[in-house]
Amino acid sequence: MNYSPRQLGDLTPTNPNRRQGLLAVFHIDLPLLAGLLVLAGFGLIVLYSASGENLAQVQRQAVRIVIALGVMLAIAQVNPTTVRRWSPWLYGIGLVMLIAVLVFGEVGKGAQRWLDLGVIRFQPSEMVKLAVPLMIAWYLAEKRLPPTWQRLGVAALMIVVPVLLIAKQPDLGTALLVASAGIFALFLAGISWRLIGALMVAGAATAPVAWYLMRDYQRQRVLTFLDPEKDPLGAGYHIIQSKIAIGSGGLYGKGWLNGTQSQLDFLPERHTDFIFAVLSEEFGLIGVLMLLGLYLFIIARGLYIATRAQDTFTRLLAGSLTLVFFVYLFVNTGMVTGLLPVVGVPLPLVSYGGTSLVTLMAGFGILMSIHTHRRLLPT
Amino acid sequence: MQLKDTIRESQAFLNRTIVAGLLVALAVATLAWRMVQLQIIDHEHFTTLSRENRVKVLPLPPTRGLIYDRKGVLLAQNRPAYSLEITPEQVADVEQTITELGRIIEIDEEDLERFRQLRKRKRRFDSVPIRVNLSQDETAQFAVHRHRFPGVDIKAQLLRHYPHDVKTTHVLGYVGRVSQRDLEQIDVSNYSGTSHIGKNGVEKTYESALHGVVGLEQVEVNAAGRKVRTLAQSPPEPGVDVHLHLDIELQEVAMKAFGDNNGAAVAIDPKNGAVLALVSQPGYDPNLFVEGISTKNYKALQQDDSRPLYNRALRGQYPPGSTVKPFMGLAGLERGAIQYDSSIYCPGFFRLPGNTHRYRDWKKTGHGSMDLDSAIVQSCDVFFYKLAYELGVDRIHGFLSQFGFGNRTGIDLTGESSGLLPSRDWKRRARRQPWYPGETLIIGIGQGYFLTTPLQLAAATAAIANNGTFFTPHVVDYLRSRETGEINPIPPSANVIPIALQQNWEDVRNGMLRVVEGARGTAKRIRSDQYRIAGKTGTAQVFTVAQDAEYDEETLEKKLRDHALFIAYAPVEDPQIAVAVVVENGGHGGSVAAPIAREIMDAYLLPDEPEADGET
Repeated sequence: MNYSPRQLGDLTPTNPNRRQGLLAVFHIDLPLLAGLLVLAGFGLIVLYSASGENLAQVQRQAVRIVIALGVMLAIAQVNPTTVRRWSPWLYGIGLVMLIAVLVFGEVGKGAQRWLDLGVIRFQPSEMVKLAVPLMIAWYLAEKRLPPTWQRLGVAALMIVVPVLLIAKQPDLGTALLVASAGIFALFLAGISWRLIGALMVAGAATAPVAWYLMRDYQRQRVLTFLDPEKDPLGAGYHIIQSKIAIGSGGLYGKGWLNGTQSQLDFLPERHTDFIFAVLSEEFGLIGVLMLLGLYLFIIARGLYIATRAQDTFTRLLAGSLTLVFFVYLFVNTGMVTGLLPVVGVPLPLVSYGGTSLVTLMAGFGILMSIHTHRRLLPT
Repeated sequence: MQLKDTIRESQAFLNRTIVAGLLVALAVATLAWRMVQLQIIDHEHFTTLSRENRVKVLPLPPTRGLIYDRKGVLLAQNRPAYSLEITPEQVADVEQTITELGRIIEIDEEDLERFRQLRKRKRRFDSVPIRVNLSQDETAQFAVHRHRFPGVDIKAQLLRHYPHDVKTTHVLGYVGRVSQRDLEQIDVSNYSGTSHIGKNGVEKTYESALHGVVGLEQVEVNAAGRKVRTLAQSPPEPGVDVHLHLDIELQEVAMKAFGDNNGAAVAIDPKNGAVLALVSQPGYDPNLFVEGISTKNYKALQQDDSRPLYNRALRGQYPPGSTVKPFMGLAGLERGAIQYDSSIYCPGFFRLPGNTHRYRDWKKTGHGSMDLDSAIVQSCDVFFYKLAYELGVDRIHGFLSQFGFGNRTGIDLTGESSGLLPSRDWKRRARRQPWYPGETLIIGIGQGYFLTTPLQLAAATAAIANNGTFFTPHVVDYLRSRETGEINPIPPSANVIPIALQQNWEDVRNGMLRVVEGARGTAKRIRSDQYRIAGKTGTAQVFTVAQDAEYDEETLEKKLRDHALFIAYAPVEDPQIAVAVVVENGGHGGSVAAPIAREIMDAYLLPDEPEADGET
């Protein structure tokens, strides 16, 4: 079939299919915005309890959410075509900064993650979380899909280099997120199932090599994950206390502000990485299912946006950003419930902290931009 | 062509997205199942763990009962004291913490030593004192820096204090920190919150009453182990107050009367065995022991030649000397070995039939013709040599043991000695030797193997005064609950000595009366105008003088001088107090020991009488 450009339509004011009102003018996707707002609101309520009723902390987080929403809306205004054009540049700058971090970076909490640009302190790995899916989507969208073996190899290299640079800082959590963003883009681009199977086998085979490359504390985390009871006062303490918090919450929870595990300080990192345990303890299984429902709704909306996207670049980008959001959720909750080893990944939009929040919201901004800059097709 | 590719690509992407969506759904389902597992299936288990995390049962130690004298004077009290305590479990580096604490509050070697000692016995989560008895300033000083020292805290506790210190030590004893050995003998759970326990004296004998019953408090704690709030409480049952028969004023008078001399004095109410005064000179300050005495102070006490730690009244074993003569005389009369008015001749020595050895009288020239009465009054040795010889050692043993000699009296204090009342049987068992007749003779004058404690002498004297009813001496009158006011008296227990002839007892008591009242009495110098005293002097040899040598007090080293003894009761018409006094190396009983007894009796019998111009 053939469609003329006119038939494809556009978003000129005279177009009768044009969406109405402020939402259209500001390129806002209402379901996504609503989902994010409800989630962030719920997050603030949990944070109030997890911070020990520290209103100042809640306010700081609220301000960060507002700023991140601003970033999201700003990015939503940018046409995906522009984004696409920037992609290689962003990726290049990201790589340079990652190298700079390793050379000049500031050390904090035993890892070199920050780059001091004089005006602001900046975490290049956060930018790379977006730059990698952008780059992979840009690269793969240049030619027909599925990609050839050669192009696949180049794409793999594009993922591996920044991941290794981040892992060296060391920041295992971010490395994991960056890697998964790239891998999801490749997966959605349609690499063959046979290759996926082969990669999984190869991955299992290289596990001992990874073990050899890991730092002591990383090995400790893996060991602790395998048997938390072995060191109940040391490394295993986090997981044991977290499981007690979750389990003792039961179906209905102990009630807001009434979680003994969290309020009496038994739960470590309760307002950051382990905030899910606070929620589970105080709101019970019902609260957990509500939270998971919200996340599923956002993820579903993201995947829907991906399927409705009109070209390969935006499709791959939307799909991979959405799936990274899921990885956040799964790695964090998996860690808190003892399903996965302890990896420092926050619960998206709920954990206290600003850096990953801005990156996440920027990602949703891209999703909104993709969805609201479509040219409407007649059906 | 281009468009076809686009559609095909779009279709492939949709397929992959559906797979991804399914994977997401699977992962979330796994997570949801995990949550069901934790929150529903294992909920009970984790609820228990959560409860164990936050709820702790803390002991509430009871307040120790107080100790009063017979007039209600407080002898042992509880004073608030502050100590600085470290909980090793909550401190990263104990040595480092101590070093830093040392910059704020003085910590010396003794504190460190005590800390190390106590730490060995405590569990990791128990707090161990590093400094005790903090001053107000020190408490404030630490409070300012407290945030720098997690796991270090000031603890307020009630600490035992003895306001009359040295005057009460040998009766009250003292409390000290619960030791490993103590723990083996007590109900550990009842002492879970208690740091101190009675180590000797009344504090030990009445420990269970004084201690009370521990209470329990269920508290919610945070992860650092600090108490957040109380969930439930069963209050402790405070210790019961102990009221003594002891009279602290009498005690003070007796101690003063000793002056620089070492020795012991015991005063007993003959009608019930109540101990009115119990003195062992010198004493020591029991307060030193409450928080653990320093090695230096302890060594000083231990190496002191006058042995202040030694309770002479209970443990000191002295030959009774001539104080045994009234008892011997009574034995002779009651067992029919002598008649009250039959007399013998005293040439200044006694010889066993068929033996040349002369058993000498203290009076070289001899007392001349002596009956029982004059033999007691003038303390003639020869009379009692002969009497002892006629009675024989086993009859002496049988009679005197009724007065408690040779056995612990059973007083409610710890560490009492039994003394020694020898017999043929005893010598065979203990020495594997036969009994020699000469040994019987010297028992007659309270020498040889015969040993008594001052307490035994006082109790036996009380039995004579009380016409044969021997009361077990006891220091505690009654226990009184401060909460309910309920009084629990300690009943006296008595042993009645069978009397063959009442007149015999009167005769012996008259003899004792004339020791003080008679013109030739050995204790006539303590005669009182206000009441009449019956008594008997004694002198116990420390140093055996060679057969022909002369005992010369002046030339002998003080350590080797005789012990001076005196037993007495008064007033003779209605005895209210019986006293035994032993002055170590004091010389003659009449001149050294008797005046001490007189002062005690005066203080007891003549209330509020100014002591200034006494009578001679």
